[in-house]
Amino acid sequence: MLRTLIKPLAVSAASVIAFTGTTAQHVAAADFSGQRIEWIIPFKEGGGSDRWSRFYAPLLSEQLPGQPTIVVKNIPGGGSTKGANQFQARAEPDGKTLLGTSGSTQLPYLLGDKRVNYEYKDWTVVLATGTGAIMYINPELGVEKAADLVNLDGTDLKFGSQGATSLDLLVLLGLQMLEVDVSPVFGMKGRGAARLAFERGEVNLDYQTSASFLTKVTPLVEKGKAVPIMTWGFPDGSGNIVRDPTFPDLPSFPEVYEQVHGKAPSGQEWEVWKSLYFAGYPAQKMIFLPNETPDDIVQAYRDAAQAVISAPDFAERAEAVLGTYPQAVGEGAETMMQQAVDLDEASRTGCRTG
Amino acid sequence: MIDALLSALEAIVSIEHMLFLAGGVLLGLTIGILPGLGGIAGLSLLMPFIYGMDTVSALAMLIGLVAVIPTSDTFTSVLMGIPGSSASQATVLDGFPLAKQGKAAYALGAAFSASLMGGLIGAVVLTAFVLIARPVILFFGSAELFMLAVLGLSMVGVLAGSSLPKGLSACGLGLLVGSIGGAPATGEFRMSFDISYLMDGIPLVVIGLGMFAFPEIIDLCRQNRSISKANALGTGWFEGLRDMIRHKWLCLRCAAIGCVVGALPGLGGSVVDWIAYGHVVQTSKDKSQFGRGDIRGVLAPESANNAKEGGGLVPTLLFGIPGSGSMAVFLGGMVLLGIEPGPSLVESQLDLTYTIVWSLALANVIGAGTCLFLSPVVARLTTIPYHYLAPFMIAVIFFAAFQATRDFLDMFALLVVGVLGVYMKRFGWPRPAFLIGFVLAGMSETYLYQALQFYSWGFLLKPGVVVIALITLVSVWYGARNVPHNPADEEDESRAINLTPQAIFAGVVVALFAFGLYDGLTRSFLGGVFPAGLSAVMLVISGIVFVKLAMGKTADAANYDHEIVGDHVGQDGIVGLGHYVYWITGFVAGIALVGFLPALIVFFAIFLRVKARATWARTGLLTAAPFLGLVGLARIMVLEFPGGLLQSLVDLPWPFG
Repeated sequence: MLRTLIKPLAVSAASVIAFTGTTAQHVAAADFSGQRIEWIIPFKEGGGSDRWSRFYAPLLSEQLPGQPTIVVKNIPGGGSTKGANQFQARAEPDGKTLLGTSGSTQLPYLLGDKRVNYEYKDWTVVLATGTGAIMYINPELGVEKAADLVNLDGTDLKFGSQGATSLDLLVLLGLQMLEVDVSPVFGMKGRGAARLAFERGEVNLDYQTSASFLTKVTPLVEKGKAVPIMTWGFPDGSGNIVRDPTFPDLPSFPEVYEQVHGKAPSGQEWEVWKSLYFAGYPAQKMIFLPNETPDDIVQAYRDAAQAVISAPDFAERAEAVLGTYPQAVGEGAETMMQQAVDLDEASRTGCRTG
Repeated sequence: MIDALLSALEAIVSIEHMLFLAGGVLLGLTIGILPGLGGIAGLSLLMPFIYGMDTVSALAMLIGLVAVIPTSDTFTSVLMGIPGSSASQATVLDGFPLAKQGKAAYALGAAFSASLMGGLIGAVVLTAFVLIARPVILFFGSAELFMLAVLGLSMVGVLAGSSLPKGLSACGLGLLVGSIGGAPATGEFRMSFDISYLMDGIPLVVIGLGMFAFPEIIDLCRQNRSISKANALGTGWFEGLRDMIRHKWLCLRCAAIGCVVGALPGLGGSVVDWIAYGHVVQTSKDKSQFGRGDIRGVLAPESANNAKEGGGLVPTLLFGIPGSGSMAVFLGGMVLLGIEPGPSLVESQLDLTYTIVWSLALANVIGAGTCLFLSPVVARLTTIPYHYLAPFMIAVIFFAAFQATRDFLDMFALLVVGVLGVYMKRFGWPRPAFLIGFVLAGMSETYLYQALQFYSWGFLLKPGVVVIALITLVSVWYGARNVPHNPADEEDESRAINLTPQAIFAGVVVALFAFGLYDGLTRSFLGGVFPAGLSAVMLVISGIVFVKLAMGKTADAANYDHEIVGDHVGQDGIVGLGHYVYWITGFVAGIALVGFLPALIVFFAIFLRVKARATWARTGLLTAAPFLGLVGLARIMVLEFPGGLLQSLVDLPWPFG
């Protein structure tokens, strides 16, 4: 009886001590009372990254010591390189400027685009938001699973793309690895425009990230107008790409590859595919602090981000905006970031030519 | 549907909803009155507050903001000739001449009552249209959208002015400038000289300000009188309202056009006002007053651009695809509020859709009503001597241009486009034709390319394409019934004899097309075929203009020189065309050196002292007021001012740094 009573007491006492301990440390070290923090989003108002940042901004502000105001500042241009360049060049390491990046900021960096004047490795990551993607096709193609796409000889498989330098590269490379013949039609204004072209029947193969698949493609699936066939997968703890937890019934890309070729994917193309995948999905959107930010500020941000994602109603509120993927903070985010922006020279050349 | 309408009605008339709606409207009007800061800025400002609010009130506020974006823009378009946003560019054509004739209140009265009617009619059309919108939108594929772009381009026929080759060349130049930057098919950067600013293409705001506002400012500075020629303004706004009622069928048609065109994703809201304007010119028997202050030229775009916002809701709500920048932010706000766009909004959640549609209409009534009420007062701005107004106007257009991409080059681009606009105005090259070409460049190329990929040339036989092609032919025929009015005919005696300046300008245009052809040929086939093909055709057409002018054919319709036939000719104390261009260039150079705010202070002080001959006290006051206003605005809205060389060398305290 006594023991059952003491144990929870001890635990709560310990947590109180721990709690006051960390709080005291923050007040002494980093305090943003009355400050205004600018969060640079290198994309237009209303886009996916903008929404993501506007979802997080008030939550982070609540949890940061001193409850500073966080304002989102959109600096679009140059395929998101402009805002990132400004952050690299101008942001002071005082915790008052943040940058939110996306897959389209990571990709030109990996490909060595000449517009890139920023260095991911200088920055400190606070939080990483991942997502998955689902490929679906028009049922009129008569194909039920991804591995059967290879049988579509002569059938015209059309895919609407934003451009050969966008993350759509991953799809094009993946299909090439599966030896599926597809004709990309470029000039789509975004994934939404491509989905509309799919609904019109102009393209018959498309993909969407998880959140927009769930809300916008699922109704089509229910009406028999779209058939989901695979996901890119999602990394488990040790860097293997396994089935996407949000869509456990769909095979991942590596699985489909194995079904088609009879062996697990490997070689140069696979390395490139993985690099593009890690750049684009498991850590699609990240929050960064600039070069040489002192540890106490970094810690204050990481604690705040941890507090945000551990809040009891977070999962529910996040679902519509972020989907149902883990939000990585601290070490986890660091690992994700490393994987997203690391690319050896051979793969880089492969990306450019692939 | 009736159930949904009733439950929507119930939601709308609640006091709380009304209050938040009105709050959104007032915020929208306040922000929207400054060009460049449209609804996007307002919505972004509102976003942080949405969290704490309940869904109904937050949505009401969002809608209130969105609804009035094309409303308060009208003030600057009509009163100052500065298109407040891309939705009110066409309003400038006839609205500003009316203001210059001292009929500002009349023009505003007509504009706002047209806005009001447009918004309401738009809502009625939407109520029914939303039910069938899904199949309709899906019907408009790349082929049909391309044909619609062609229909838009055919409007150039009626806006070309007296010389068709000149009109076509102006439109071609717009198309060429519009194809600067990444090619839709290949992503190659065309005509960009490795400058990352050009790789993204020149922003529409910059083009609109440069083509319309800049030349007007130069012109008015030179004449140094108040905008309004008449001293007595008259009340007039009631007449404006009456004229709107007189032309109710026109407003009805334009509102329907606005609603449907706005609903087509991919067509974009920026062409709506031009299509409406083209429509009214085409269908009018007497075209002589268009461009000189015909009230129908105000009514048509204004009734269309408010209806457009309603139309823009359709793809936003049904497909989650925003038709415009402001709709994109609205969509973002909806998602934050937990409203997911999708087919369910016309099925189980139809009442919510109707709430949104009718709130939008109601917001329009409040917004346009407020503006209508304010317009006699605001119209007095046109009686101020222009030298007092000019520095404000110059600061405003450069500030607005900077909001386009927040890059110093925005302002440099405005200067360059502005100078082009000054010469196009002087030599009678129709600037609306240029604008239409620019707006439709990306669309026509992208959709042509996609249609060819999807259907090959067979796309021309698709039923929708054939129907739109027929409409295009009918509209061209309709427009050609009356021979376009030729201003040169009346002013025969005062025509230019020395054509050298005109010939030089035409030569520059020819050279630009030659460059377009050269640049296009260095690209891959798909990346360069559009600008190269266009330039090849335009080389011939602009070549005709050049040859006529170079050979000194003074009787040709292409001969027009505002410096010979303009109404300022012969007046005392008129400085050269370049004089104020140098002043503005000085301002831009100042920004490049010391940044926007310090340059602004110096420019205001010198201009007011030298040009307006203001007392020191007045100069101080008139310099401090805009300075403090801008700083306050920047603080609230998280805006940044362009820095110059000085800022890159030394760290200066906010707001100078």
